[in-house]
Amino acid sequence: MSSLFSSLKMMTKGAMRCVLITNHLKFFETIGNFQLLQVTVRDALNQAMDEELERDERVFLLGEEVAQYDGAYKVSRGLWKKYGDKRIIDTPISEMGFAGIAVGAAMAGLRPICEFMTFNFSMQAIDQVINSAAKTCYMSAGLQAVPIVFRGPNGASAGVAAQHSQCFAAWYGHCPGLKVVSPWNSEDARGLLKSAIRDDNPVVVLENELMYGVAFEVSEQGLSKDFTIPIGKAKVERPGNHVTLVSHSRMVGHCLDAAAVLAKEGIECEVINLRTIRPLDVETIEASVVKTNHLITVEGGWPQFGVGAEICARIMEGPAFNYLDAPVIRVTGVDIPMPYAKILEDNSTPQIKDIIFSVKKTLNM
Amino acid sequence: YENLMTVLKNISIVFNLLLCTHPFKKCELHRLDQGPPTQALLTREQGLKYYRTMQTMRRMELKADQLYKQKIIRGFCHLYDGQEACAVGIEAGINPSDHLITAYRAHGYTYTRGVSVKEILAELTGRRGGVAKGKGGSMHMYAKHFYGGNGIVGAQVPLGAGLALACQYKGNNEVCVTLYGDGAANQGQIFESFNMAALWKLPCIFICENNKYGMGTSVERASASTDYFKRGDFIPGLKVDGMDVLTVREATKFAADYCRSGKGPILMELETYRYHGHSMSDPGVSYRTREEIQEVRSKSDPISMLKDRMISNNMASLEEIKEIDVEIRKEIEEAAQFATSDPEPPLEELCNHIFYNEPPMEVRGTNPWSKLKSIS
Repeated sequence: MSSLFSSLKMMTKGAMRCVLITNHLKFFETIGNFQLLQVTVRDALNQAMDEELERDERVFLLGEEVAQYDGAYKVSRGLWKKYGDKRIIDTPISEMGFAGIAVGAAMAGLRPICEFMTFNFSMQAIDQVINSAAKTCYMSAGLQAVPIVFRGPNGASAGVAAQHSQCFAAWYGHCPGLKVVSPWNSEDARGLLKSAIRDDNPVVVLENELMYGVAFEVSEQGLSKDFTIPIGKAKVERPGNHVTLVSHSRMVGHCLDAAAVLAKEGIECEVINLRTIRPLDVETIEASVVKTNHLITVEGGWPQFGVGAEICARIMEGPAFNYLDAPVIRVTGVDIPMPYAKILEDNSTPQIKDIIFSVKKTLNM
Repeated sequence: YENLMTVLKNISIVFNLLLCTHPFKKCELHRLDQGPPTQALLTREQGLKYYRTMQTMRRMELKADQLYKQKIIRGFCHLYDGQEACAVGIEAGINPSDHLITAYRAHGYTYTRGVSVKEILAELTGRRGGVAKGKGGSMHMYAKHFYGGNGIVGAQVPLGAGLALACQYKGNNEVCVTLYGDGAANQGQIFESFNMAALWKLPCIFICENNKYGMGTSVERASASTDYFKRGDFIPGLKVDGMDVLTVREATKFAADYCRSGKGPILMELETYRYHGHSMSDPGVSYRTREEIQEVRSKSDPISMLKDRMISNNMASLEEIKEIDVEIRKEIEEAAQFATSDPEPPLEELCNHIFYNEPPMEVRGTNPWSKLKSIS
């Protein structure tokens, strides 16, 4: 650490304002006048929860292994030590029970964060998420709010096979009364989770286990305690003219990688990070299609009735349809339960080459 | 002469104020050394209040029956007549600041928790004057510290444990009454709730309203153990005569004190009976005999029992009771008038209240050109 500081002292450009982030500091670099910190998605989620727990005493976290184990994937590391039994609650293995308890607590005015160890286990509790949480504000004509967050890892991991690899974006994205977000990088994770916790409505936060350990640069603004990302707004991660790639979660990274390869051949992809599944930001996609005339959706989940299918339908129903030079293409996970063997698993979700292939197909190359 | 009149007046006041100390069946206990008191004090004022409330509920449910047969109420309608002593006794044993949640047979509790008959009937008929503006219907009525009205059998039990967790979290000395039926008693999520409530000592009063039938299935055909008050295993329990409003009140008070003292959850089984079938689609006689229903009506009707007790103890006269009945009839008629004449909710409000505290948004209608407005 001391050598790092001395080397930084030697940098002269701009004013240096130090931003201390507890013990999750990796390293920081100055680029011009801007401070950028490398933060993993895991730490971003951890910081977001820490800050919201501190900000509002009604916020608490419950789930399996969230307290004394520091979280099955260490996302809640250190929180129990800091906030104690009252605010960080270890539950028995009772998804339906504790999800219902969380919803009841939200109805009484607390602001619970209910963690599912993975969203596969949320199927045990899905009635509480949909029938008790999502529908209640409407059924009560606005008398009863349910300010709850359901979060946890979603979609494929590595080698965990069929029962632990399902993507629930389409299932939860189907239901009115729910908001569904799917962060990709650390800034997404921080901003969306904070927004979710501050939202007075049920929000499903679909994280990704393979992304937890990945570090991203986060700006100082992105590290501030009140940094939130609006739910329902997509982000153009990379501008381009020839084709629009729309994706969410881990696949955004794949799209950017594919775009980098294609750029060498002179094909400029515009990459859109949905950030929110429901409500879907169709306007951003439409504006892009008007510019590029070609659209490809990329998701990890299954094709039938999925996120890509919805985007296709919405584009067809809107003004952007007339700007399409080719049908919308969906790049999705293979329509099978997830296999175990590495070679099979690797070929069950979209790879960068699949995206490149689809781009060239739609551009007739 | 005036002195004499004053004296006579005072005697009659004393006579009216006092009571009935009422001995009732001892409750069967599970993991409890002692149960609720076996005697209760009932003042005239309380007696008249319980009578009025139960009779109002009874007439309200019968009016709902009538409106349903006239097809003015549609869909689900699960009536509570016969079980009035449960709702009224429970409400008498807790504070308005306590919390209560039940399943779909909820009209009675909606009333005891403070919603007017007018708003209940208008919700059943789906009008804008209904407590949920016509959006919820029979099973989804809400009020302050009353969380419905829940359609999914058993789902309300974890919700109730969560409400109790909030009470404990806030440290406000409030308790949550969480009701479910003999049919729901076999739901897995109820046992998950028992486990967590006991583990964390949540101030939750679990109450099983055992009316002997889960839809068309009698308790013997549904449960390996019909001792519902024991099904909480490690949670202490008591079995209570649910047809006697005073017994229910005393048992509820006992249970509430237990929870408030920080000892954790407690389970009450209320033995009760419903005169109607499971819902309005169920005549209720294919799985039980008319004789059985008639026997309960004549021997154990909660309203008749209270009335008889009050009259035989000179706490109220027959004329007084009749007068109350007339008033109630009038109130129900007026409420029904409102419920049948109030307009339906305006179509413009179709998409409102999807979210709470949310800026206005657009909602897709039945076709792509139909863009509807939603405000919260």
